[in-house]
Amino acid sequence: MEKDMAQTLLEIRDLHASVEGKHVLKGLNLTIRPGEVHAIMGPNGSGKSTLSKVIAGHPAYEVTAGSVRYEINFQMRDLLEMEPDVRAKEGIFLAFQYPIEVPGVSNIAFLRTSFNAILKHQGSQELDETQFAEFVNKKLEIVKMDPRFLDRPVNVGFSGGEKKRNEILQMAVLSPRVAFLDETDSGLDIDALRIVADGVNRLRTKDNAIVLVTHYQRLLDYVVPDFVHVLADGRIVETGDKSLAVTLEARGYDWLVK
Amino acid sequence: MEQKSSAAAVGGDYKYGFVTDIETDTVPKGLNEDIIRMISAKKNEPEWMLEYRLKAFRHWQTMEEPTWANVQYPKIDFQDIIYYSAPKKNAEGPKTLDELDPELLKTFERLGIPLSEQKRISGVAVDAVFDSVSVGTTHKDTLAKHGVIFCSISEAMHTHGDLVRKYLGSVVPISDNFYAALNAAVFTDGSFVYVPKGVTCPIDLSTYFRINASETGQFERTLVIADEGSFVNYLEGCTAPQRDENQLHAAVVELIALDHAEIKYSTVQNWYTGDKEGRGGIYNFVTKRGKCAGRESKISWTQVESGSAITWKYPSCVLLGEGSQGAFYSVALTHDYMQADTGTKMIHVGKNTKSTIISKGISTGHSKNSYRGQVKIMPSAEGARNYSQCDSMLVGDKSSANTYPYIEVKNSTAVLEHEASTSRISEDQLFYLQSRGLDTEQAISMLVQGFCKDVFKQLPLEFSVEAVKLIEMKLENSVG
Repeated sequence: MEKDMAQTLLEIRDLHASVEGKHVLKGLNLTIRPGEVHAIMGPNGSGKSTLSKVIAGHPAYEVTAGSVRYEINFQMRDLLEMEPDVRAKEGIFLAFQYPIEVPGVSNIAFLRTSFNAILKHQGSQELDETQFAEFVNKKLEIVKMDPRFLDRPVNVGFSGGEKKRNEILQMAVLSPRVAFLDETDSGLDIDALRIVADGVNRLRTKDNAIVLVTHYQRLLDYVVPDFVHVLADGRIVETGDKSLAVTLEARGYDWLVK
Repeated sequence: MEQKSSAAAVGGDYKYGFVTDIETDTVPKGLNEDIIRMISAKKNEPEWMLEYRLKAFRHWQTMEEPTWANVQYPKIDFQDIIYYSAPKKNAEGPKTLDELDPELLKTFERLGIPLSEQKRISGVAVDAVFDSVSVGTTHKDTLAKHGVIFCSISEAMHTHGDLVRKYLGSVVPISDNFYAALNAAVFTDGSFVYVPKGVTCPIDLSTYFRINASETGQFERTLVIADEGSFVNYLEGCTAPQRDENQLHAAVVELIALDHAEIKYSTVQNWYTGDKEGRGGIYNFVTKRGKCAGRESKISWTQVESGSAITWKYPSCVLLGEGSQGAFYSVALTHDYMQADTGTKMIHVGKNTKSTIISKGISTGHSKNSYRGQVKIMPSAEGARNYSQCDSMLVGDKSSANTYPYIEVKNSTAVLEHEASTSRISEDQLFYLQSRGLDTEQAISMLVQGFCKDVFKQLPLEFSVEAVKLIEMKLENSVG
């Protein structure tokens, strides 16, 4: 029992959540262990994005029942009690489906503030501008981003693909323990998709876990998941391996959604 | 999880709220011709100065307090104010800085403005104004070598009477407005700057205003003259003790730029704002105006208004010289029960004159923040151009923002662009930053700083760092 607990990173039990009075998640169960990649697929409105937002702590989403527990220093802690920034500091990351623009704030200043907030939380020495510039330059290569992106205001005037790559850059800088990637593949052309997928693969370690929330199977050709879950009407209705994604691509969701 | 509300009080601790215990030389409360004569006598002023004051006072008596600004406060009893208060030992005018009362030196040191020879800030010359008088000016010798005159205006009346007499009231006449007339009648000190022809002032000039005595108004007068082809960077800062009563600060600043001269005037205003319930604080009723008298001359006003219970202030430019340029860059942050009605006037008279207005207002708590700006293109201003951008940001749902643009164009060749926006910090923006590990305060502070960036980058570097820190501190408790 103790050992099992230590091996669980995130445990979602009977999770119910609503947004704007609408009941979206209706008893979702999911257990995530270190080193795993999960894909969550499902039709529009099934609750995929809601799950990501609830995990990251978006204030508009209300948890009405169930629990989300997260391992911190070998102890399972109540994630839902934590403020969004504390979740981030403890290693939860959400790559946004629609990354937000922050006018007037340079990408590098944003990344450094974020990185230092996490270092500070961990009791580590924060990096100064020079140290951080050196650190971030190495990360740029992971998503093949030009250094000039660092001086541009966060996401302002970025193309759809640039915004998504920027999310993965943030992930690379922050090295989260559990990363939810909310439709990171949507709106990407094939080259951008490869870059993003390659970046994700390089950030995959035996200690962290990645949850890919996606509509399409094509991302899973590049980032091969250990588990594929089908979310329908706020619940996981089917779990399988990579082959389930292929089946879904061929047959759609109807055969699972009654 | 309970989401913290972003509407709660802002303010942080006002670390400049202390009082200096010092013996003062004051005049009795109230205002009449005898008081004005008394002030003038104390300062041993030339006769023409007294005449100027009395004329202003007589005019002021015929005027009404303006009520058009979007601010509310109880009627001010002008007979209940002390119009002159000076640290005693200094009553005859500033001596050398090292001879200053140690209490005063300590006060300014605590404010981050060391005045003594050994400690003074190297790159900036400071004129320190304490209540009604200038107590000292640093770096005078260095400046003198370049022919730059930087001293208190009281001193200048004696040493450079001709210049003072020529330019005083030439930009803001005594009849200009109620508070300007009051200032002309009772102003006690302030700074005087003259930069001679072709001289680029070797260091930045700065005046630091400190209100200390209670029930006392501060009425300072600043006059900056940039002669042909000269350049000066002028900075201004201000603080006051924390008190439950309101105190009046009614200053007048006049700038004159001759042919090809440039004046950059920056202010970080941090007067005491009053407490969280809106008790106390400074009434900051200020008239600032620059005259681009010469061809291709430039004047820019950059202000960070983060203090005072009420701010009523419109740093303006009169663009007379052909091809002259005026600019106004402003950040006004209000919190708790603060009220700010601030903006600018750009009066285009000369041909091909240009003006730029960038105003950023941030309101939090129960505060009211208004931008009021006028762009006037006179018939003679062939080819004039103006660009205005006025953005407001609301934090929480109890604050308000207003924009009052007035545009008057009397020459059809003028080109004007105006952009305005009002935004509320959105839940999604806040969440995005939080999800990257920034707590709510850090997130709001980052959004606000991004919002103000176009203005902050106009400030000299050290000032810009100060301004960012100040805004951060003010926002600290915004989301408690």
